[in-house]
Amino acid sequence: MLDKTGIAKRIAKEIKDGYYVNLGIGIPTLVANYIPEGINVVLQSENGLLGMGPFPFDGEEDPDLINAGKQTITTLPGSAIFDSAMSFGMIRSQKVDLTILGAMEVSENGDIANWKIPGKMVKGMGGAMDLVASAKNIIVAMQHVNKAGESKLLTQCSLPLTGVRCVKKIVTELAVLEIAENGGFRLLERAPGVSVEEIKNATSGKLIIEGEIPEMTI
Amino acid sequence: MINKVVSGADEAIKDIESGMTLMLGGFGLCGIPENCIAALVRKGVDRLTCISNNAGVDDFGIGLMLKQRQVKKMISSYVGENAEFERQLLSNELEVELIPQGTLATRCMAAGYGMPAIFTPAGVGTEVAEGKEVRNFNGKDYLMEMAFKADFAIVKAWKGDTAGNLIYRSTARNFNPVMAMAGKITIAEVEHLVEPGELDPDQIHTPGIYVHRIFEGSDYEKRIEQRTVRTK
Repeated sequence: MLDKTGIAKRIAKEIKDGYYVNLGIGIPTLVANYIPEGINVVLQSENGLLGMGPFPFDGEEDPDLINAGKQTITTLPGSAIFDSAMSFGMIRSQKVDLTILGAMEVSENGDIANWKIPGKMVKGMGGAMDLVASAKNIIVAMQHVNKAGESKLLTQCSLPLTGVRCVKKIVTELAVLEIAENGGFRLLERAPGVSVEEIKNATSGKLIIEGEIPEMTI
Repeated sequence: MINKVVSGADEAIKDIESGMTLMLGGFGLCGIPENCIAALVRKGVDRLTCISNNAGVDDFGIGLMLKQRQVKKMISSYVGENAEFERQLLSNELEVELIPQGTLATRCMAAGYGMPAIFTPAGVGTEVAEGKEVRNFNGKDYLMEMAFKADFAIVKAWKGDTAGNLIYRSTARNFNPVMAMAGKITIAEVEHLVEPGELDPDQIHTPGIYVHRIFEGSDYEKRIEQRTVRTK
């Protein structure tokens, strides 16, 4: 079974040289720490920055320079700053190669719910609806089951949707799965020490198992 | 050159009245018009509709106006950092319209570009789409979203000249340029107000034609919402 760092490390392997990548808040943010050596990627922050660098050194924070999570950050050589309309322009026109974000639920046809729980204070969707509606490649980083022990991989999402038919791949503490063309979660890899049976038990939607399922390498 | 300079925030907002719709630039607390928000709190206008990506925190930014019960409705993409906001929302004292961040930016942009509406895929198939026209282009569905109409847009820039030309600094740019273009009347507060000719025309982000009033602000706090650092 993977911890949060393990999920981030596995997702980092999906990033290819030359990618522009948007990372959501939570586990996706950690992915930046594990991008393989020799792979050049540019991180997009939707508040208006391409080329997001690491956190500043203590005492060097700039209140005018933050990421979409409102954290103080730095720029890198080659960074570019732009306004919010252009930021979502490059997202909408699919210039961003990969979007990695968290989710509360994913359905077997690739629908995603990650912004609203009825009855609870709703904070808003931020840029998530724009990102999922336009991204050509979306990887979801999340736990396989929720705190109540219920599967988050469902036939149909029960929570209000963020986007429809958009998720391509899911990495959880148990497995790597992709959304099959005609629906269903196709099991690609097992986390170290996790059996196919355990993944079956934790998946409520249609699980597609074809042949031997390899254990993932990180 | 036309001179757009006013004496300060109080003069800049003097004809903002209760019930009006305002755009306020900024992302979180980054690049917000601190001086004008303070002046609006002093003036005490209420029943305002505020179009702004976020709603500040309890004791800073738009949070200061919420605390004084000056806001009737917020139109935002994310409002998570404010306990007073939550209290007013749950007790139905405040209306909130949550819209996708890109839609928010582009509805401002459309207003500034003189376009009545835009088509965006954001929100298709979700509750955001309820009651909106859906059009299919090249096999993909898009929502029609209307350009915003705002009585005033209030923005913050780094430098500006007396003719209203603006330059923003770093990610404090965010929504400010698109909102500057979208107000019926646009007020700009700047950290450094200079004479025409001191700013390189090639470097201007917002041309002065969009700006009606400008002043040099003072005492910028520039509060950091999430201070994150690494150790050497």
